[in-house]
Amino acid sequence: MIHALLAILLCQLAGEATVRALGLPLPGPVLGMVLMVLALRLSPRLLALVSPLARGLLANMSLLFVPAGVGVVGHAAILGAQGGPLFLALLGSTVLAIAVGALTFAAVARLTGNRDD
Amino acid sequence: MTDFAEIWSYLSRGPLLWLTATLAAYAIGDACARAANRAPLVNPVLIAVTVLAPVLWLTGTPYATYFEGAQFVHFLLGPVTISLALPLCENLPRIRRAALPMLAALVAGSVTSAVSVLAIARGFGLGPDLLASLAPKAATAPVAIGVSERLGGSPTLTAVMVLITGAIGAVVVTPLLNLLRIKDWRARGFSVGVAAHGIGTARALQVNPTAGAFAGLGMALNAVLTAVIAPLILRLFL
Repeated sequence: MIHALLAILLCQLAGEATVRALGLPLPGPVLGMVLMVLALRLSPRLLALVSPLARGLLANMSLLFVPAGVGVVGHAAILGAQGGPLFLALLGSTVLAIAVGALTFAAVARLTGNRDD
Repeated sequence: MTDFAEIWSYLSRGPLLWLTATLAAYAIGDACARAANRAPLVNPVLIAVTVLAPVLWLTGTPYATYFEGAQFVHFLLGPVTISLALPLCENLPRIRRAALPMLAALVAGSVTSAVSVLAIARGFGLGPDLLASLAPKAATAPVAIGVSERLGGSPTLTAVMVLITGAIGAVVVTPLLNLLRIKDWRARGFSVGVAAHGIGTARALQVNPTAGAFAGLGMALNAVLTAVIAPLILRLFL
């Protein structure tokens, strides 16, 4: 487990350092994820090593948003009188974005004869 | 015998109490979600937050004190993002084949998200600083906060908007896409990753592994795209 954690943290560290050094507009962990994909492709041994820990983390990904979620409740006051309109804007736009994204994906997949198997 | 107040003042100073409370609240949330067969409204994050918030309020615990314990959980957001490489890697041939539908859905979902949130917010008469805080709300928190700061928005407000967006996405995605009769797990996962970042991805991972892999990719791609297009779209609304 220590080696798996080490591999994951090394990717994150490399991602964070590269993003800062080059001033890239994306979070370090996202670049770290790309680095990890490359590393996993190159080494089946690494894949076997990292798998159990990565699966465990992914299975409980929801847990990791709890601390920030509690923070939202504490900051509810900053929404003030605008809370209602803000919520409606988020609700409307999230529903639209999911619907448009999924319908576009399905339509383009059908047009290009791209089927999943 | 040591009295309760003394034990409390000892425990409330260290990270142990609130780390334990965070895990316990999530265990309750997850048990409820399981019992409800992962029904969309019974979201484990929302339940955990609903359990914890009143406890903090009743004990008069400031968020900073709570976070001293909760930070160990919060820290794992980085490693879990790296872990998304695993489903990506396992689905790489399918992802390559779906490049065209993914690209189209990414642009459509990302643009719809920013344009519609700004249009609705302006319709309600919200000011330019609020619009700047809202524009990048579909992206994962660190990107959204960075974009919002550059546009003159409030980082704290954006963080709140990002989390609420994620929770909405995680709750609405299943009934919404059932209603639209989208059966393709790639389309279902990808669209929620683009529109509702990590919280949407966490939901997708619990529903279907293919949806989870495509959601992680949607989140990552939209982090990059939002940084580019949110400033351009905001300009149309100012």
